[in-house]
Amino acid sequence: MSIDRDTARKVAHLARIAVKEEDLPKLAGELSAVLAFMEQLNEVDVAGIEPMTSVTPMRLKRREDVVTDGNIQAQILKNAPDAREGFFAVPKVVE
Amino acid sequence: MSELNKLTIADARDALSKGETTSVALTEACLAAIDAAGVLNAFVHKTPELAMERAKAADARRKAGAEAPAMLGIPLGIKDLFCTKGVPSQAASRILEGFRPEYESTVSQKLIDAGSVMLGKLNMDEFAMGSSNETSCYGNVINPWRRKGSDADLTPGGSSGGSASAVAADLCLAATGTDTGGSIRQPAAFTGIVGIKPTYGRCSRWGIVAFASSLDQAGPMTKTVRDAAIMLQAMSGHDPKDSTSADLPVPDFEAALTGDIRGKKIGIPREYRMDGMPDEIEALWKRGAEMMRDAGAEIVDISLPHTKYALPAYYVVAPAEASSNLARYDGVRYGHRAKLAQGDGITEMYEKTRAEGFGPEVQRRVMIGTYVLSAGFYDAYYNRARKVRALIKRDFEEAFAAGVDAILTPATPSAAFGLGEMTEADPVAMYLNDVFTVTVNLAGLPGVAVPTGLDHQGLPLGLQLIGRPWAEADLLNHAYVLERAAGFVSKAEKWW
Repeated sequence: MSIDRDTARKVAHLARIAVKEEDLPKLAGELSAVLAFMEQLNEVDVAGIEPMTSVTPMRLKRREDVVTDGNIQAQILKNAPDAREGFFAVPKVVE
Repeated sequence: MSELNKLTIADARDALSKGETTSVALTEACLAAIDAAGVLNAFVHKTPELAMERAKAADARRKAGAEAPAMLGIPLGIKDLFCTKGVPSQAASRILEGFRPEYESTVSQKLIDAGSVMLGKLNMDEFAMGSSNETSCYGNVINPWRRKGSDADLTPGGSSGGSASAVAADLCLAATGTDTGGSIRQPAAFTGIVGIKPTYGRCSRWGIVAFASSLDQAGPMTKTVRDAAIMLQAMSGHDPKDSTSADLPVPDFEAALTGDIRGKKIGIPREYRMDGMPDEIEALWKRGAEMMRDAGAEIVDISLPHTKYALPAYYVVAPAEASSNLARYDGVRYGHRAKLAQGDGITEMYEKTRAEGFGPEVQRRVMIGTYVLSAGFYDAYYNRARKVRALIKRDFEEAFAAGVDAILTPATPSAAFGLGEMTEADPVAMYLNDVFTVTVNLAGLPGVAVPTGLDHQGLPLGLQLIGRPWAEADLLNHAYVLERAAGFVSKAEKWW
């Protein structure tokens, strides 16, 4: 399966990565090369095989449903590029 | 004692316990070696003050006469992928520029608790995506090894290239690495050191910047197998903060190094004989098998029929997980945010931030992952790859069920290559570096790279041993036998 320029544009948008229009053909070519490599998987007979979900078969541990952490607002905001009045600040979302 | 930075962990431990040296002296020796090796570009954030503080504390702890863990006072390098409190931790990515975590990863905390001394943070491929350490925002790492009669710069491998280069050049006694498809074992092989990726779940992943969560594991990169055993011991153990970390007792890995593998069965997988593999690697592999046989093990041919499909399966599963994990880098909570133009909204903020923050290889993998997870392709790519992954795991299970104790393979398909030599090749050519190591991550098994010889250019080559799940102790003992039989003692000739 080969990726065209429109698909590359769509994938870039889904991934929220800005790609310049003139760079799309190169990107499409690179993505196509990687996908062509993956096509080999079609040679494998996977009938009746369950997709692997966990690496080691084990039951997930459970814990009490209680608060174990908190009151660390300053620490949480410390690395934010823009924090104001105790919040993360972003460009206006609602028109 | 001269050149304390050249000691192994085990020798430093013994010298410390006899009072022949101090952690302060060891740390000073390493800091001086680091300052003199700037050209290797291995350490990218140095923490000399913190190191001296911890070294003094380690000496005081020893003096106070309390129990002295094996790692007490040992100076280490920490891969930039580990979050270290108050110290830059940016996974070699521009998108995490300026990030100073408010917390410490579980593994690096365990190493602190054991009394070890962090010298600084080590260079790596961006988000651990690469096999040559050429995708780092800090620039390339240089391998201390050079081809005979050449001064061309070689790659130390990747993604733990800074760790490999630093240990091989004696800038630290050992270093942490992480391994998602071979990122500990390939650079270890390229630099003539030992690197073990433990069983998935042996080390906590909490606080390690995530690449592909079902494949990532931390492990030690050291000068000897004994050091790997000592350091892995300190890094391992259950952590309630990582739901995939195993609640199993951690055996005494060093005590398992008996050197006795009589009656053990070593499998040689025929599918690992690749077309175009250099004769030297084939010969080394054969010699390795002979060494194990001479030590009393039985060598058996085995088949792992789905080996060929491991790389394509990996390059679906890993990017898929990466695209999800890296969605968190959005310019809101930490790291880089792009400068916005008039009228830009939140979507433009995300798109510009991620375009500026991620390098080309990371962008490519995120987009591949996005594509294989997108509507209409999920079954064709992602689910199929997960089914093939189950088959790859089953191949190993069948070999172990037939009585195989460990599997011997080459670690890499070549010796270290020149920096820039692969940049013109397509991305897939670079991916082939992981052909012998990636199966182990897909199956969640422990694997160790052991330096076993030099090629005709005078560069180190390694062999890989793969063990049963949770059998790192036994695996390390096999590696110890191989290490002793190979008698690899070569060091890179100092030019830096």
